[in-house]
Amino acid sequence: MKILKLFLIIIFIFPINSLKADNEILKNKITKNLRCLICQGQSVYDSDSEFANSLKLVVDNKINEGLSEKQIYSYFQSKYGDWILYDPLFNRNTYFLWLLPLLIFFVGGAIIFKKFIKK
Amino acid sequence: MKNKLLPLSITFVFIIIFIIFFKGLQNTNIYTPETKTIYEVPSVSVKLFNSNEIVNTLEIFNSDKFYLLNIWSSWCVPCRQEHPILMELSKNNNINVIGINYKDTKKNAKSFLEELGNPYNKIIFDNKGTVSIEWGAYGVPESFLINKNKVIKKYIGPLTKSSTEEIKLFIK
Repeated sequence: MKILKLFLIIIFIFPINSLKADNEILKNKITKNLRCLICQGQSVYDSDSEFANSLKLVVDNKINEGLSEKQIYSYFQSKYGDWILYDPLFNRNTYFLWLLPLLIFFVGGAIIFKKFIKK
Repeated sequence: MKNKLLPLSITFVFIIIFIIFFKGLQNTNIYTPETKTIYEVPSVSVKLFNSNEIVNTLEIFNSDKFYLLNIWSSWCVPCRQEHPILMELSKNNNINVIGINYKDTKKNAKSFLEELGNPYNKIIFDNKGTVSIEWGAYGVPESFLINKNKVIKKYIGPLTKSSTEEIKLFIK
């Protein structure tokens, strides 16, 4: 009977803990990609300012409400603009930013191909 | 022709990159928050300071009147500085001054208001600072001019004489 009780307790506690751990990982990931707007060169994760602490709480609340990572980013983007995200989203303003490295890579590849492989 | 195409295309790419970086040099690298954008009043449940009642923000800003939402705290020094301006604005019948008490204790906030006067019609109690985030605030003090459920102007930092003049022009 004791073993059964113990087993049940473990079964009940374990998923809750792992869920909490998952949320913590997600929260850290999100706060590392949010810029602390009143600090210099710090992410929300790194900062201990009043603003960053409130933001961490909001991220926590949004995760508990069941919002996805993308939804949380767009929520903050709607409040504070693109600048709050360290990782710029792929949109009209950032096409060039995202595609330029690819373009350079292909041009470089073409040069190498032409110079060495064709010979 | 083939031999010329490669150096030409490389030069072209470098010219484009140069133009982008050159233009970027002229941009300021100091971030200035957007203060002009007009956006809707966020709909969130908030706790009122005096009655502890939970209400939705849309119920507070429901009329077509002008509202000045001011984020303040008893520990914030610039808030003391702008307080006389808020007291003056609260006498104006065309505007309703609403406060958000930011990361404060009720005791300290009450003695702050007893000492300097209470310009606020209603005060939202935001001891965790999360309600202020809903408004897109950066800290204290900060003020938002609201009309017809829309934030029409945002003042970051303490209100000054010139910002008060601007507010008065809006509510005339």
